[in-house]
Amino acid sequence: MTALAKVFSDSGVITWRNVMNVRRNPEWLLGATVFPIMFVLMFAYVFGGAIGGPGGDSVEYREFLIAGIFAQTVAFNSSYTVIGFANDLQKGIIDRFRSLPMSRFAVILGRTTADQVLSVVVLVVMSTCGLLIGWRIRGSALDAVLGYLMILLFAFALSWVGAYIGLITPSVEVANSAGLIWMFPLTFVSSAFVPQESLPGVLGTIADWNPFTAAVNATRDLFGNASPAGWPLPSGWPAENAALYAILSSVAIIAIFAPLATARYRRVASK
Amino acid sequence: MSDTDKGVAVRARGLVKHYGTTRALDGVDLEIPTGQVLGLLGPNGAGKTTTVRILTTLLLPDSGEAEVAGHDVLTDPDGVRRSIGLSGQYAAVDENLTGFENLYLVARLYGQRKPQARKRSRELLARFRLDEAADRPAKGYSGGMRRRLDLAGALVAEPSVVVLDEPTTGLDPRGRIEMWEVIEQLVATGATVLLTTQYLEEADRLADSVVVIDRGKVIARGTPDELKNQIGGERLELVVAAAEEVPLAVRVLAEVGSGEPAADERSRRVEVLVDTGTKALVEALRRLDALDVVVQDAALHRPTLDDVFLSLTGHGTTEEVPS
Repeated sequence: MTALAKVFSDSGVITWRNVMNVRRNPEWLLGATVFPIMFVLMFAYVFGGAIGGPGGDSVEYREFLIAGIFAQTVAFNSSYTVIGFANDLQKGIIDRFRSLPMSRFAVILGRTTADQVLSVVVLVVMSTCGLLIGWRIRGSALDAVLGYLMILLFAFALSWVGAYIGLITPSVEVANSAGLIWMFPLTFVSSAFVPQESLPGVLGTIADWNPFTAAVNATRDLFGNASPAGWPLPSGWPAENAALYAILSSVAIIAIFAPLATARYRRVASK
Repeated sequence: MSDTDKGVAVRARGLVKHYGTTRALDGVDLEIPTGQVLGLLGPNGAGKTTTVRILTTLLLPDSGEAEVAGHDVLTDPDGVRRSIGLSGQYAAVDENLTGFENLYLVARLYGQRKPQARKRSRELLARFRLDEAADRPAKGYSGGMRRRLDLAGALVAEPSVVVLDEPTTGLDPRGRIEMWEVIEQLVATGATVLLTTQYLEEADRLADSVVVIDRGKVIARGTPDELKNQIGGERLELVVAAAEEVPLAVRVLAEVGSGEPAADERSRRVEVLVDTGTKALVEALRRLDALDVVVQDAALHRPTLDDVFLSLTGHGTTEEVPS
């Protein structure tokens, strides 16, 4: 087997192992779906009337909201990558892997890939939930598929950040919070829930350049979901080239964190 | 490996490793002839696990060199990984996978094709008496079953060198004896084994030779028998029926023994070191009988490795060394 074939074969085996782990613990899926469904309901019905603006139509807001919630949900799944690695380290499984003649990179690729399998399942549940509260895909089927792929690519990129965090955290307890904390500024200082033009000063600039905003805007656009009438439209290069910017930043994140995580994996010691 | 090295499966020279300012390993040398079991013995924090981690490529030494199955751990770590099986201190079992899936996973990662991986996994499950539990998640396994599964994982690729890091720590006595039987079977197949343990009884039973380390340094090496001989011969121990006969017994034992007898009036126990083994025992009993001293209990003890350890380090095997 060539070295590259061994990387893919090993990654496949590791992906299988991680997916089996989720299948044996269906309650994990419950956690991964119930939480975002609560978010949908809270934003749609609790904040929706207020955020929708004076005279704003809550139905329009819900349509706007869904792409943001989808992207946020799969982004949060990177915390599973963090916890997964922290667990494997604690249980000595990483030591076992490191003592095997297998690809180092595959252990991480297998984990980040498996986490996207989880994301797909979650997206199916979320989409059903969206349809129930009145969200519709307005564009073509192809665009809709591209929309889903857009947020999955971005989530995949974040998963590599999660892998790095999981490998540097000293314990599972720390991993639990370290995996989540950075998610809040990342996903809230963005166009996921509010018009990005409404954010004040520096926050507005951060939101404009936040790759997460780009991923959400691109997906929203591909779904054919418009902002509620009368909302200020975002401007600037990232907003006008949302898909391109989202893809470029995803690739950049992987290019930075894949070598970092792999280098860390080579040296990491089990607790 | 050059021809003169043919018979050596594991060789380490001058291994040094620091953790911060702590010198975890301070120049450890060891050698294991092919097909033999080396017991690496020492208290917690002595440097056993650090040595194992270096030899299994999990950790780089600060200095020193090591070769395992002909592969240098520094320049050819993948060669080492292909030749070894590691069973760690904590059973590295994925508890959400079944016993079969755990072994299949490892077999696939060693590069075995699916049918071969399946066959090998089933074989090992049967050999380690896990075939009945094979298709249940490992979550429900007992501590002993997990250790056996972990050891089976180390043997998937039929490695020429097997490294067992404290394989019985934390097991109950039954689990420990089962594990020993499994390790003895493994040795019978001709594998070279590096076994770390805190239990002297374990090294005594399983190891051909022993290296004792303490605070990162080798403080003794040899066969278990050689080590025991280092602290002299056997200990003759008698219990007499009446307390007033203790002084008499002390006098007799002083004559047949090789040292100063020790006596305890309350338990009526008298003991002395002897060089001549059973001869001394028979002689002592004959003389006491002639003096009409009734002996309730008589025994000849070979020194245990615990005695060896105590005399080498000045502290027992259970003392915690700050890490």
